[in-house]
Amino acid sequence: MPPILEVKELVKKYGDFTAVNRVSFDIQEGEIFSLLGPNGAGKTTTISILSTLYSPNGGEAYIAGHSVTKEPMAVRNIIGVVPQDLALYEDLTARENLAFWGRMYGLAGRTLETRINEVLEQIGLSDKARQRVKTYSGGMKRRVNIGVGLLHKPKVLFMDEPTVGIDPQSRRAILDSVKDLNKTGMTVLYTTHYMEEAAELSDRVGIIDHGELIALGTQAELTQQVGKDETLILHIGADEDAEALAKSLKDIPGVLQANATDHEVTVIAHQAEEILAPVVGRANERGIKIHSLDIREPNLEAVFLHLTGRALRD
Amino acid sequence: MKKTFLIGFKDLKLIFRDRAALTFMLLAPFLLTLGMGFVTGALSGGSTNGIEQIPLLIVNQDDGQLGLALVELFESEELADLALPTTVADPEAARLAVDADEAAAAIIIPAGFSNSIIPQAGQDSTGAVVQLEIYKNPTRPVSAGVLQSILEEFISRVETGRIGGEVVLTHLLTSGLITPDQIPELAAEMGQEQASAAWEQPAISLNAGESGETSQAFNIMAYMAPGMALLFLMFTVSNGGRSILAEQARGTLPRLLISPTGSAQILIGKIFGVYLTGVAQMLILIVTGSLLFDIQWGDPLGVLALILAAVFGATGWGLLITALARTPGQVSNVGTAIMLTFGILGGTFVNMTMLPPYFLWLSKITPNAWGLDGFTILARGGSLLELGAPMLGLFVMGTVLFLVALVFFNRRSMAQK
Repeated sequence: MPPILEVKELVKKYGDFTAVNRVSFDIQEGEIFSLLGPNGAGKTTTISILSTLYSPNGGEAYIAGHSVTKEPMAVRNIIGVVPQDLALYEDLTARENLAFWGRMYGLAGRTLETRINEVLEQIGLSDKARQRVKTYSGGMKRRVNIGVGLLHKPKVLFMDEPTVGIDPQSRRAILDSVKDLNKTGMTVLYTTHYMEEAAELSDRVGIIDHGELIALGTQAELTQQVGKDETLILHIGADEDAEALAKSLKDIPGVLQANATDHEVTVIAHQAEEILAPVVGRANERGIKIHSLDIREPNLEAVFLHLTGRALRD
Repeated sequence: MKKTFLIGFKDLKLIFRDRAALTFMLLAPFLLTLGMGFVTGALSGGSTNGIEQIPLLIVNQDDGQLGLALVELFESEELADLALPTTVADPEAARLAVDADEAAAAIIIPAGFSNSIIPQAGQDSTGAVVQLEIYKNPTRPVSAGVLQSILEEFISRVETGRIGGEVVLTHLLTSGLITPDQIPELAAEMGQEQASAAWEQPAISLNAGESGETSQAFNIMAYMAPGMALLFLMFTVSNGGRSILAEQARGTLPRLLISPTGSAQILIGKIFGVYLTGVAQMLILIVTGSLLFDIQWGDPLGVLALILAAVFGATGWGLLITALARTPGQVSNVGTAIMLTFGILGGTFVNMTMLPPYFLWLSKITPNAWGLDGFTILARGGSLLELGAPMLGLFVMGTVLFLVALVFFNRRSMAQK
């Protein structure tokens, strides 16, 4: 079966800066595919090209066989987009927003009314549908933002970091709704810089950094790249020199990598337990107090660290 | 097409839910008109003329018919509600009283005024015409302006009569119907008739229609209210233009662009929304003006056509500002500056006849000037058919500005955040 979405050697440049550099991947119908990468990696630009907002400088993409550059209208009819930033009219109610956007997608009359009610039910805002959006909490606004993308029952749904800046409860609701949508057969392209979200939702993950797709596969396939290596995360104080500590750990036998982030030092080792004592010793020698530490099994974070030498939050 | 209307009506709905915008669009022009109404005295009594009982000093040093006719004109029953004349003997005393704000103006009729226009028997008719003087109070520009208008109307009629008389007498003389020695006597008789005719008709009334059976008094509020409405119309259109950039910034414009809606449909829909808002604002202000200030705007069809044309011209400016600006803040700043500049240039704050002639020429770049011209024509009893020049001016302005603005708009600039 041909993929519902094919991306071939996509390039997008802004002057001398290359935002997307020869990115290629495809998504099968009914799949949840995540693009995982830090801020500024090129995730939003990729989605903007696929949703026909920007034209690429090179390469091509097809959605359900339609070229995004040559048949933009056909593409727009079959995709739904949930942008990263809220794109709603805050002085309209949720119902009015849904009605307006539904009409922009050609819905009208009873069909529109039915879909509005279904979507309101789906996003859990039926009882507050007549309140102006500006009176909603951040999480509620996010849900309306998602609802707009679902109104016309798109074949492919693009969700660009839909959980940024919201409370854990709303995040949980959104992740569950993505799974529910996928169960109805909807294909989802989901971008995030949260490793946990990509791990929980995705059938396959593409890891993107500096505009390039640096890894692609199922979670199992990707974590195999770091073997059975474990990750040890040291949480230290804000005023401690994480960089110096990371450097001092690199020559400990069994340590494969050591990197510093804000208040953390991340160490990759074959066996985390084996290096625990010398790591704590080095910290004590430098007078650095370790507040807590975590040992993690191989995961996408470790894959990213392994591939780039940086943590996802860098 | 349907989506274009949907976008336009959505914008109209949004603007009517924005309290700050509504305050500027509707409340501010209403309050300013109300304030100016009180300042000019238009709202101090029951007169529908707006201004009433303007204190006036008349110094009549002329002993002829025309001086007397002018005094009688200001003392006539027709002007009883409008002017409150007091006759004084000393011109200097009259000027001092005006300086002391005891009167809106002093009209000084110098000795020999009548004779300089209507030569008496045995008098040389080639002498220079003695000039009337109006000494105006600068703190009461509107009231003084009204008195000056009445005076100019009187002079205009006398002058018309004088020239007409000369033509008639010359014709009679060349036809051999009179002899040269009869001319002074006949001229004096005609002058007397002219003098009485000059005040028999109310000088501030204009004939409405060809029959002259109906006349419509000019209401100063009918000048101020549209001036304010047009001033704040510029705010509305620049604010509407601002909404295009605001939609870009808040992400709804990119979202529209990735819906199955053409970018031209979106842009036209946004412009339609601005236009619709401007029309709604003008209609509300005009209806409110009629109900609260008893303003007679004139031919309803003409008023409607003029509103549509004025908003078209103004929307062109709003769109151009938006096309050239990069941020909503820039549109606000430039829009406010243009609104005030156009208010001054277009005659909202000052009477254009008091400014140098090149200002009149420059004022034609503003929808305010064309719109005010149109509203003045209508308020003086003109009909839709007489609105040719203002309507054409506004239409050409709107069309040119739209085309220039569209050059600057393109899909890329709409999509970029």
